[in-house]
Amino acid sequence: MSPKLVESGRHPNIKIIANAEVESIQGEAGNFKVTVLKRPRYVNEEVCNACGSCVEYCPEIMKDYYNENLVEQKSLHIPYPQAVPASYVIDPISCLFVQKNECRQCEQACKELKAIDLNQAEEHLEIEVGSVILSPGLDEFNARRKKDYGYGEYPNVITSIEFERILSASGPFEGQITRPSDSVHPKKIAFLQCVGSRDQSTNPYCSSVCCTYAIKEAIVAKEHEPDLDISIFYMDIRTHGKNFERFYERAKNEFGIKFIRSRLADVERSQSTEDLILNYVTDDGKHHKDEFNLLVVSVGLEPSKTAGSLAKTMGVKLNEEGFCQTHEFSPTSTTKEGVFVAGAFQSPKDIPESVVQASGSVSLAAGFLSDVRGTLVEEKELVPEIDVEGQEPRIGVFVCHCGINVAGVADVTKLKESAEKLDNVVYADESVYACSKDSQEKIKQLIEEHKLNRIVLAACTPRTHEPLFQDTIREAGLNKCLFEMANIRDQCTWVHAHEKDAATQKADDLLRMGVAKARKLVPLKEEIIQVDPKALVIGGGFAGMTAALSLANQGFECYLVEKEKELGGNLRHIKFTLNQNDSQKLLDETIERVEKNSLIKVHTQTQVKDVSGYIGNFVTAFSSEEEETKITHGVIIVATGGHEYEPTEYLHGKHGDVITQQKLGEKLASGELESSKFKDVVMIQCVGSRTEERPYCSRICCSVAIKNALKIKAQHAKSNIYILCRDIRTYGFIEKYYRSAREEGIIFIRYDLENKPNVSEENGELQVSVFESIVGEQLVIKPSLLALSSAIIPNYNKDIAQLLKIPVNEDGFFQEAHVKLRPVDFSTDGIYVCGLAHSPKNIEESLSQANAAAARAAIPLSRGHVAAEPIVSSVDTDKCFGCGICEYLCPYSSIKVVETESGEKAQTITASCKGCGICASKCPRQAISMGRFTDEHILLQINAYMEGLKNA
Amino acid sequence: MSDSKKIGAVMVVGGGITGMQASLDLAELGYLVYLVENSPAIGGTMSQLDKTFPTLDCAM
Repeated sequence: MSPKLVESGRHPNIKIIANAEVESIQGEAGNFKVTVLKRPRYVNEEVCNACGSCVEYCPEIMKDYYNENLVEQKSLHIPYPQAVPASYVIDPISCLFVQKNECRQCEQACKELKAIDLNQAEEHLEIEVGSVILSPGLDEFNARRKKDYGYGEYPNVITSIEFERILSASGPFEGQITRPSDSVHPKKIAFLQCVGSRDQSTNPYCSSVCCTYAIKEAIVAKEHEPDLDISIFYMDIRTHGKNFERFYERAKNEFGIKFIRSRLADVERSQSTEDLILNYVTDDGKHHKDEFNLLVVSVGLEPSKTAGSLAKTMGVKLNEEGFCQTHEFSPTSTTKEGVFVAGAFQSPKDIPESVVQASGSVSLAAGFLSDVRGTLVEEKELVPEIDVEGQEPRIGVFVCHCGINVAGVADVTKLKESAEKLDNVVYADESVYACSKDSQEKIKQLIEEHKLNRIVLAACTPRTHEPLFQDTIREAGLNKCLFEMANIRDQCTWVHAHEKDAATQKADDLLRMGVAKARKLVPLKEEIIQVDPKALVIGGGFAGMTAALSLANQGFECYLVEKEKELGGNLRHIKFTLNQNDSQKLLDETIERVEKNSLIKVHTQTQVKDVSGYIGNFVTAFSSEEEETKITHGVIIVATGGHEYEPTEYLHGKHGDVITQQKLGEKLASGELESSKFKDVVMIQCVGSRTEERPYCSRICCSVAIKNALKIKAQHAKSNIYILCRDIRTYGFIEKYYRSAREEGIIFIRYDLENKPNVSEENGELQVSVFESIVGEQLVIKPSLLALSSAIIPNYNKDIAQLLKIPVNEDGFFQEAHVKLRPVDFSTDGIYVCGLAHSPKNIEESLSQANAAAARAAIPLSRGHVAAEPIVSSVDTDKCFGCGICEYLCPYSSIKVVETESGEKAQTITASCKGCGICASKCPRQAISMGRFTDEHILLQINAYMEGLKNA
Repeated sequence: MSDSKKIGAVMVVGGGITGMQASLDLAELGYLVYLVENSPAIGGTMSQLDKTFPTLDCAM
């Protein structure tokens, strides 16, 4: 997450207003006037550079909320180490000055920088915006409300989020797993699932994420302490997300975590040992008692505590569970025009879904405001670059104290003096905070004054701060690549805090190595690639159509290619939804909107034949029976969809009364089945899913079975329905339909993989037998109809994957660039994914994801150009003999062997090169080098280090 | 209302992972973003997490 934090903090178009809340909103969509109350921080966040020198002077303590109140912190504190804004804050409740007008010690401690501002008062900011996105997030369920489990009363009952902090190396106990009562390492831990979820007395909905996070915490705990004995007590394990089922299997098989399906009676506390005694009942009706050293309650998700008042202020409605009210077919729209929603405020969800929905809501806001895009943002005007070619290196060195972070350990003055003696160093200085605004200005002045043409900064870490300093030297006219950073904080003073002399020596080495490299730094050009502002969407199902419409709404031309005769894909087979919304009306309306939209060019019965090029400049050939077409476009959205698996098991295809759930849904809508067929209906779950052959969960089959079962009950009240299942995965608000199904008398019978149901036929009559664990007997049913909940499998992904050189996972679904950071992007720039091609999902989720893909794809389209990072490979054509190893190995198709006048030679495609260096490291002729990280640079650094050894 | 009155800025309320992603996408698309966060720092619940499922990547 750190990259997103830093990027949000640095982006010129994002104004962060922290410690603030919305007070009122006036106006209408497109033109809102919002008043924001900014509470006093008592620290000027523009000036504070988070040195922390003030903290030791603060006499007051408070609970550390970031660490779930497990430890204490000062009233003057930084919320967490990577916080953005990276500024301290004073808690007004515990501050002596705020409460009693005493103390003011912090002001003294910060008298040079003057960042403490105890006179700060509330501010009311009036802000004009065209649209609003609400993402207030979640709060965990207060476990004290479930008295039976003893949280708050028994010291060794903790919540899952407390356990998360305990597990963290940056947490209150540095990753040591200890229990609260005696700080002893527990040997036996139990997790209790569904605390504050699926519970009529608290929250009836499923929180969606607790099963998987409990598995995660259990695995992480086992990684810390392999001998731990961990049990998870649950009703259903809901690992319905992409790749979650494998995670669950790993927990069982690789880590030996025990999963116990049970109902919990109560928790007792042992007075002598402070252990917890669990009384529970398993599926077979047996009562058990077991003792644990630590009990983790897996608390559910609730809307943020601020959500209620925010909704009221904004004038948007909440649903009965207190989350934002949305419609199944418009999941990111609130009840107020121009106000959108995303994340856990819409429904309980995990990180990838939240990130997807965030981008999805952006596509709506951006579609709405597309006429005024770019009107309030400014591109920075830069001075021309100074030509340094042929100039002798004139290196400026800056050593940063970073408050006491560096200076408290290493001798900064000594470092500066030693740098001054190095060849080509014409100026060296030290600075309390090199990153502060005044230091940045000073660096610019010094570049001019001393005609510096290379800069070496010895400071925190390039990971977070390099771009900032690069921007600074660029403002002074130096190319960004004439900069080198010596990491003397993160990799030196932080890790050697107790070895001051050795730390100074190491920092000196790092600095000398940086200077050695800097002598040979050369300016590199950021190549600007023009983007053809058109998109290609492959797949005309619901996801593809939604993505195309979103792009068109944002003003971009779009080709929509569908291999079938008609648009609609899988949605054609979905006749109604669990919420009783008309999915066929949705389909018809979507097709109509697509066909009427002049920016969307629809090509049905058309297949993509060839794709070449890169972001901004793709060339695609596709063909139908009538014609071959070649188009150019800047981006690609892959929405090739999926379909229901055609079962070979349970007599499917052999007996006419065995049908899939999708067929059943269609027949229920058409009313073509006679009522006698509904007398005794059996449904079998996980047909083709969660098996050895297909070890993933298809996510939607539980809800589809319940949807059809409820429909049958509505049409034929006397029907007997048996659903044979493993876990029922009605996550989120879908849980209420599971409850309705049981209330309607639909019978759920559990089976496991070892005891699969058996289906046979005798004289044309179907017979299903299944082991019923509650009565402990084989149950035999003679169904009039057998519906199979069969898996969702991807369409022709492998062909497209080959054409586009994009990866599919082991289940055949497309693999996104990063599960959480870039969930709809491919690692190849300019290509995006959505819908069933990515993983099984329902209409609502496909819709959010399609909009998300469109929002992401619109970024290069709206900018009109993309800049390629200068850290790319370049080929010395004299050395290259065109062997093609680089082309074969490149994961991004960014280096190709081309015919030149002097024979076959490799050529880098700068636009898509990621600078990973694989080609350079494997080139047998060492013909490839990486910008800013050449072999020469690395050797010079090693030599500079060796010099230090000689002199020591 | 006429388009000329529309304002090319968006307010995002809540600076967790959702709000940050929304802000970054909007900013990259060419809209001015006001990211309003209730607490003193953005980051939300994800900043408190140690690892994330199912990859066990560091949450930070």
